[in-house]
Amino acid sequence: MTDNMIQGASIAFDKVGKAYTKAGGATVNALEGISLDVAPGSITGIIGRSGAGKSTLLRMVNGLERPTSGKVLVGGEDVGTAKGGKLRAIRRDVGMIFQHFNLLSSRTVAGNIALPLEVAGVPSAQIKPRVADLIERVGLSAQAGRYPAELSGGQKQRIGIARALATGPKVLLSDEATSALDPETTQTVLSLLKDINRDLGLTVLLITHEMAVVRDIASHVAVIEAGRIVEHGATYDIFTAPQHETTRSFLSGVTGVTLPAFVRDRLTQTAPASGGEEVIRVTFAGAHATDPMLARLTKEMGIPVNILAGAVEEIGTRPFGNLLVSMPMPQAAQARAFLEQHGLLTEVLGYVG
Amino acid sequence: MSANLINLLIEATGQTLYMVAISAILGTVLGLPLGLFLATSQRGELLSAPWVNKILGLVVNATRSVPFIILVVAIIPFTRMVAGTSIGTTAAIVPLTIATVPFIARLVENAIREVDSGLIEAARAMGATPVQIIRKVLLPEALPGITLGLTLAIVSLIGYSAMVGAVGGEGLGDLGIRYGYQRFMPDVMAIVVIILIVLVQLVQSIGERVATAVDKRATKSGGQ
Ligand SMILES: Nc1ncnc2c1ncn2[C@@H]1O[C@H](COP(=O)(O)OP(=O)(O)OP(=O)(O)O)[C@@H](O)[C@H]1O
Ligand SMILES: [Mg+2]
Repeated sequence: MTDNMIQGASIAFDKVGKAYTKAGGATVNALEGISLDVAPGSITGIIGRSGAGKSTLLRMVNGLERPTSGKVLVGGEDVGTAKGGKLRAIRRDVGMIFQHFNLLSSRTVAGNIALPLEVAGVPSAQIKPRVADLIERVGLSAQAGRYPAELSGGQKQRIGIARALATGPKVLLSDEATSALDPETTQTVLSLLKDINRDLGLTVLLITHEMAVVRDIASHVAVIEAGRIVEHGATYDIFTAPQHETTRSFLSGVTGVTLPAFVRDRLTQTAPASGGEEVIRVTFAGAHATDPMLARLTKEMGIPVNILAGAVEEIGTRPFGNLLVSMPMPQAAQARAFLEQHGLLTEVLGYVG
Repeated sequence: MSANLINLLIEATGQTLYMVAISAILGTVLGLPLGLFLATSQRGELLSAPWVNKILGLVVNATRSVPFIILVVAIIPFTRMVAGTSIGTTAAIVPLTIATVPFIARLVENAIREVDSGLIEAARAMGATPVQIIRKVLLPEALPGITLGLTLAIVSLIGYSAMVGAVGGEGLGDLGIRYGYQRFMPDVMAIVVIILIVLVQLVQSIGERVATAVDKRATKSGGQ
């Protein structure tokens, strides 16, 4: 592809709120007090449950929704108040891909990718080579003349991506772009997005309700709950030290580290009067992620450790592990101190008698 | 059957085709933009003009609720104004067109409303103007539906055209009434009916073919 490196644009949400007025006159606050800075060239994941306000937030970046309070700046331009030609110019700088692809059934692959260029008034002599480049980048050269109905979901999303890149945007928005795809196709689409981010340097803002997507692609993540950002930061930090309950519950899904039912059912929040075991989450991060700490705990301190669940994963290139263990009550505090001292994070989940 | 009768039949078929063709063209020229506007002008839509939309919607409904034969008679002064006369085949085009415009408008409106709103959203996100969205997204995507709508409109025009004998319009329907019914010539009546059936079949199958040809939503081997 012949693109020069595009400099990604920063995105800034400044105390953004969005209230919808319902038919009966009641107002719903879809978003409240959202402040978030997205660095140029980063890939930021926005994760939250259905109805949390993710799409509303994303759609403000290209002015499909307007904030009812606060400001949304893209590359320094105020999107919230832009109108007419100015707004359309901003939109050409912001590509968007969708869960259901939103491709024109009446146009071929090439025709779909040409659409934003036609809309932007690019002369047709320049459209052809540009479209050919884009088709090649997303690996659909053999399908250029086919119609979307003849293609698989993954191929359709590739068209969507090529179309979103056509006008050389500085920002790429993705609203659950992989939610309609199977896990394998999801991986290929995510790695395409990653390549594009690396090669073109554009800023990617993506919505998902899967932490796995965040883990695989995002450098930063914002967790949104009932219209507010409850936690945000670098992906690695969020994964290794989640603060908010919502984040934890999303994480428990992706790390596969949940308590086995026979333990969960017996778990209490108050320590038994005597005996019993403490259930602890141990997070291995950074340099210690691969150290055999539990073995040392047993060997050096003579504390028996009962492993309930666990996994080691990678975020970017940095490994981190998550283990759920139980230890005999009297020695548990001492064991936690030992682990913390060696750079591991521990969290008491409860007790079993 | 006499050569004279055969000539009459050929002539009547020509007159029917003439009335139907001209009113279909005029009906499309006027009904298509009207339907487009109705489909895009409710509150918050591309060409948002809720009041104009409401008023036009009322006019369309009112016109559509008048039985055709009454419409023909009721607008005789208007027909005279437009066509210079209120009697004859050409004059009959006026009521035919007036009855067809709102019908086509509603069919086009439905076809446009069937277009996935996600496509409009994608086009807006590209920075498309409302006019670009209509030209490059709504019309091409609605084309299969519009084609079927126009087919339906032409078929009903063929039916309406048989009633314009009431104001001196000629054509197959008029021939059937005058010869087949009033002069007790059942063979003429039968031939008229057969020609009408053939015409309707022809229009319907051509329309369906065209609609299938422009419809790229499903693969041709059938199924999704
Ligand atoms: N046009 C609208 N009118 C009224 N309420 C709306 C409108 N759009 C969104 N909302 C409300 O705003 C809230 C946030 O919606 P939003 O679509 O942003 O959620 P989401 O996080 O994207 O959910 P999902 O994961 O289901 O896509 C919801 O409560 C929704 O009902
Ligand atoms: Mg959403």
